[in-house]
Amino acid sequence: MKILICLKQVPAKDSPPRIHGDSTWIREDDLSYEINEPDSYALEEALQLKEKHGGEVVVCSVGPARVQQVIREALAKGADRAIHIEDNSRSKADSLFTARIMAEAVRPESFDLILTGLQSDDLGLGQTGVILAELLGMPHATIIMEVQVPDGHLSGQFKVKRELEGGWFQWVEIPLPALLTIQSGINKPRYATLKGIKAARTKEIRHLTTEQLQLKPTDILEGQRLRRVYVPTKTKKTEFLEGSPQEVATKLVERLQREVRLL
Amino acid sequence: MSEALLVVMEQQEGKLNRMSWEALAAAQQLARELSRPVEAVVMGQNIGNLAQEVAASQLSCVRLAENPLLEFYTPDAYCLALQQVIAAAKPYLVLLPHTYQVRDFAPKLATALGRSFLSDCIGFRQENGELVFTRQLFQGKINADISFAGDPPYLASLQAGSFRVDQVVSGDKPAPLEIEKIAIAAEKVRTKPLEKFQEAKRTVDLAQAEIIVAVGRGIKEQENLSLILKLADALGAEIGGSRPVCDSGWLPMERQIGSSGQTVAPKLYLALGISGAIQHMVGMKGSRTIVAINKDPNAPIFEVADYGIVGNLFDIVPALLEEISKTKGR
Ligand SMILES: Cc1cc2nc3c(=O)[nH]c(=O)nc-3n(C[C@H](O)[C@H](O)[C@H](O)COP(=O)(O)OP(=O)(O)OC[C@H]3O[C@@H](n4cnc5c(N)ncnc54)[C@H](O)[C@@H]3O)c2cc1C
Ligand SMILES: Nc1ncnc2c1ncn2[C@@H]1O[C@H](COP(=O)(O)O)[C@@H](O)[C@H]1O
Repeated sequence: MKILICLKQVPAKDSPPRIHGDSTWIREDDLSYEINEPDSYALEEALQLKEKHGGEVVVCSVGPARVQQVIREALAKGADRAIHIEDNSRSKADSLFTARIMAEAVRPESFDLILTGLQSDDLGLGQTGVILAELLGMPHATIIMEVQVPDGHLSGQFKVKRELEGGWFQWVEIPLPALLTIQSGINKPRYATLKGIKAARTKEIRHLTTEQLQLKPTDILEGQRLRRVYVPTKTKKTEFLEGSPQEVATKLVERLQREVRLL
Repeated sequence: MSEALLVVMEQQEGKLNRMSWEALAAAQQLARELSRPVEAVVMGQNIGNLAQEVAASQLSCVRLAENPLLEFYTPDAYCLALQQVIAAAKPYLVLLPHTYQVRDFAPKLATALGRSFLSDCIGFRQENGELVFTRQLFQGKINADISFAGDPPYLASLQAGSFRVDQVVSGDKPAPLEIEKIAIAAEKVRTKPLEKFQEAKRTVDLAQAEIIVAVGRGIKEQENLSLILKLADALGAEIGGSRPVCDSGWLPMERQIGSSGQTVAPKLYLALGISGAIQHMVGMKGSRTIVAINKDPNAPIFEVADYGIVGNLFDIVPALLEEISKTKGR
C-alpha cells in the first residue's frame, strides 16, 4: 500500500505568536516550530499500516526551507521518502492554495491512501485534507480514530471509525484510494531512534517549487483576503489574583468561601 | 442574481441541532444589516416536520431537500444535494454551523463550487461596504479579519456559541416551503455509514458534579497528576481533563471535557494548565464560577474565567492545598 502523509510544521505550543507592526501577519522569525499535533498521529498510523500490510510511506510538506526539520523527523521515525514543496509566498493563506499545490505534486504518484491531520494548530482551518481529496477525486472521511483493513485484500473497503460530537462514534466503509483526516489520540506516536535518525540521512527528499508545478499564486482563484490580525480584546472581567503563591492561595480560598460558598 | 443568505440547518435522526439555530440567528442579524432575505435549507428523508419547525422563524422560504440517499449523512450525497440547492437558490452567502458534519463536507462543497470557505468564524461586520468575517488563529490567541474575494456564493461556518439561539426571530406566519428536486446517482455515493455508538459505558457522570478540578497539558507528566488528585480530594471534587491528557492515557477518556467529551456545568470549575481551546471551552463555559491557573497571561481560558491566577501550577497548587487544610481545620 502506497501511503502519503501530509505533514505541516506549526509554531510550537509554548512559542507565543507576536504580531507585526503593520498587523498583516505574525513575526514568523520569532517562533520555534514543531510538527502539527494531529499530523504526528497521522504519521504513526501510516507507519503502523505499513508495518502490518507492507508498502511505502511518503511524507509531503509545503512551506519554506525550515519545514525540512519536520520532514527529517518523519524520515527518522520510519517514513521512506519525502516531497518538500517550497513555498514562501502563501503558506499563511487559504487551504485551497496549499491543497492545490499538493494535488499537483502527488497526482502522478497514485497513492492508495492519503492521511492528513484533521486540523492545524496554527490556522485551525480543518480543510486542507478534504479539499485535497476533492481535487484528486477521492472519497474522504474526517476525524478518524481507528482504521481497520479487511484481512488479505488491501484493495477493498476500509472500515474507519469517525469521531462524532459528545463521545459518539460511527463506523464508515470507504473504498481505496481514499483520504482520511486523523484525530489526535488514535495511537501512541513513537519516538525516533538513533538508528532511525542515522538512516534518515540517506533517504530521498524531493524538492519542488510552485514554478516547477506550473502553479503561480496569481493563477489560482483568490477566494478570500486576509485584512489584518490582532490580539482579541477581552470581553469578560476576570479578577486576577496576584501575589506570592501563598497570597494568591489565601485570596482564592477566601473568595471560594465567601462568594461561591464552597468549602 | 445572487440575493439571499442561505442557512444550512443540520439534522440528525430527525432532530435539528442547536448550533443550526445559532447560525439562523446570525443569518437573520446579518440579513438586517445587508437588507437581504434569509432562506434555510433542511436535508434528509421524511423530514417535512422539521421543515415546518424551521418555517416558524422569520424567513423568506425554507428549502426542503429530500432524497432516500440523504437519510443517513454522507459527504458525497450532501454535497451533490447542496450543489443543486445552491444552483436553484443562487444565494449570496451560505452560512453553516461549524459542526463535525459541516467540517466533513463543507470544504468539499466549496471546492466543487470553486469557492473558498471561511471555517469556524466567530463574528462578522461590515467595513466600508465590505463583509468581513473574524476567525481565530493559534487556538484563540490571535484573531484574523478576512473578507471574501471573487463572486458569490460565499461560504462560511460559525463557531459554537458565537451567536445566541434566543435571538432567532419568529415570523408572523409560517415561511413558505420550496420543495427541491434532488437527484443523486447511487454510485456517486462512495462511502457507507454504519452504526453510531458510544464507547464503553460511562462510570462517572461529570455533569452531576458540583466541583470539577480539570487538568491540562500544563501538568507535563503523568506522575504529577497525584498533586491534582490531592487537590480534588481536598475540595471533594471530581477530576476531569483536556483532550491531550486523556489522549496520553493519563486520565480515562470518560473524564475528557469538551466537544468530543462531556459537557459540564458545575458550581466551581478549576482549570489547571489548560489553554482554553474552543473545543474545550464549549464543554465547560456554562460553569457557574471558573477559576483558571495558567502561566501564560494570554491563555484564552482567562476569557471565561471569573478568577485568574497567572503562575506556575506547581507553586500554586501546593499553597492552595495548605490553605484549604488550614481553612478546614478552623
Ligand atoms: C475536532 C476536535 C475536537 C476536540 N475535542 C476536544 C475536547 O473534547 N476536549 C478538549 O479538551 N480538547 C479537544 N480538542 C483539542 C483542543 O483543540 C486543544 O488542543 C486542547 O484542548 C488543548 O489542551 P490543553 O489546554 O490541555 O493543552 P495546551 O493547549 O497545550 O495548553 C497547556 C496550557 O498549560 C499552560 N501551562 C504549561 N505549564 C504550566 C505550569 N507549570 N503552570 C501553569 N500553566 C502551565 C500553558 O501556558 C498552556 O496554556 C479537540 C480538537 C479538535 C480539532
Ligand atoms: N503546508 C502544509 N504542508 C503539508 N500538509 C499540510 C499543510 N497545511 C495543511 N496540511 C495538512 O492538512 C491538515 C489540516 O490543516 P488545516 O486545513 O490548515 O487545518 C494538516 O493537519 C496537515 O496534515
